Amino acid sequence: MDPVLQVNQLNASYRKNKVLTDVQFQIAPGTLTGIIGPNGAGKSTLLKVLLELHPRLSGTVSFFGTTYAKAKSRIGYVPQRGTVDWDFPTNALDVVMMGLYGKIGWLRWPTRKHRELALQALNEMGMADYAERQISQLSGGQQQRVFLARALVQDADLYFLDEPLAGVDAATERAIMNTLKLLKEQGKTVLVVHHDLQTVADYFDHVFMLNRTVVAHGPTADVFHQNNIYRTYGGTIRWMGEKSG
Amino acid sequence: MSYTGWILLTASLVGLSCGLIGCLLILRRMAMMADAISHTVLLGIVIAFLITRELSGVHMLIGATLAGLLTAVLVQWLHTTGVQQEASIGIVFTTLFAIGVVLIATKVGNAHLDVQHALMGEITFIPWETVELPIVGAVPQAVLMLSSVLVVVLVVLLALYKEWKITSFDPALAASLGLPVVLLHYLFMAMVSMTTVAAFDAVGAIMVVAMLITPAASAYLWTDRLAVMLALSGGIGVLSAFIGYYIAAWLDTSISGSMAFATGILFMISFIGSPKYGMASRWTKPPEPAEAPPRA
Repeated sequence: MDPVLQVNQLNASYRKNKVLTDVQFQIAPGTLTGIIGPNGAGKSTLLKVLLELHPRLSGTVSFFGTTYAKAKSRIGYVPQRGTVDWDFPTNALDVVMMGLYGKIGWLRWPTRKHRELALQALNEMGMADYAERQISQLSGGQQQRVFLARALVQDADLYFLDEPLAGVDAATERAIMNTLKLLKEQGKTVLVVHHDLQTVADYFDHVFMLNRTVVAHGPTADVFHQNNIYRTYGGTIRWMGEKSG
Repeated sequence: MSYTGWILLTASLVGLSCGLIGCLLILRRMAMMADAISHTVLLGIVIAFLITRELSGVHMLIGATLAGLLTAVLVQWLHTTGVQQEASIGIVFTTLFAIGVVLIATKVGNAHLDVQHALMGEITFIPWETVELPIVGAVPQAVLMLSSVLVVVLVVLLALYKEWKITSFDPALAASLGLPVVLLHYLFMAMVSMTTVAAFDAVGAIMVVAMLITPAASAYLWTDRLAVMLALSGGIGVLSAFIGYYIAAWLDTSISGSMAFATGILFMISFIGSPKYGMASRWTKPPEPAEAPPRA
């Protein structure tokens, strides 16, 4: 099958420091990939460069065999929770509806139909009771579920999530992973920046190991082993979990 | 209409437009940009005057809007080269304002344009500078300009309501949904500049900042809904105009100064008394109960 994402010879810098060098990979449809690497490895930058939120120095990126601009509506992005102002005067339902703004189009207002789609997505994340809650009154885990619900209403074919499990409670972590696995079963492709090495083997069928360039990439069972982890993290890692894959 | 009536109408229009625009300013964390633009519009007005040799509303509006956009572009550019956001605002607006002051002193001479007027405004003269309109008759120039700007602000705000909301809350998502975030940023900056210059003549560069920021900051304390915040902010702006006028009449002092003072009083009332975020509610309300365990 054609890859949903193909990246060739990608280079990018952040504040004049080269962060990504010759990054080259492709992502097959229907995979759930964990992107791992040490702090400063360029994980978030990679996502931002792919989504053209950050400029690239060179290289090519193609989504579904076409450009990002043409494939935009098929791509969903869940930024890190800390990137937005949770004191913004709005409620959970409204935030979820924002995922539909691209589809609603210019000079139109959200309708009852959009409201119902958003409610349904909140329900899928176990957040239906919090629809009218002001977003600052939600816990970190609940805020993350709202973000997930917002990604769900986008009904994309390819999802990027930046550390969706950072600082969330165990129940939220389960809810999010169940949702991501469900998306995968529906044939969607999901890429997740992840930081907990212990859960990699349980959560992801593919793993993408990044440290300024691609260290290893492939099925978790094949590439997520001690040797590659050391190569990715250098000497900075002291412990790794039992590999179950 | 009576003299007082025109003054109150002018001030209310200032309060309303500034209150609406101010909400987006503080939600986008750009309050400092209001300060910057309120000063650099002076340069736009001076240059428009030097080119056309007349102090007409339309020329001033165009000149000031361009100057405001120039400010926004320069601040953004300096920021991308690595200068801190606040520092670049400080550098750009003082420099452009200084050029405006120098031009007034050297090129404009004693035309009806001076720094004092630019900073403090002169709402007391507004009812006498009228233009003839069909049907309604003689209307103060400032009222005409403020009404036109208010209509533009309202139309742009309502037509792009959801776009303003999403680009203010989560610009990264907005960009990934294909919205022109940068274009909207500059459109907003143009609206800030227009509103500022329209309010400029009435209240001056310093007081316009009070009208832009304080009612919006007060409204923010009363509600969790953006639409309600906009309405409240506009209302508080109008209320400040009225309270300010009567304080000025009572104490025989500057109208624009009193209006800014009134926004401050209303903010203090909100800060202390707002049921949700006010200090009083923090003292009286029991601590929030622990949240219910999340459901998987």
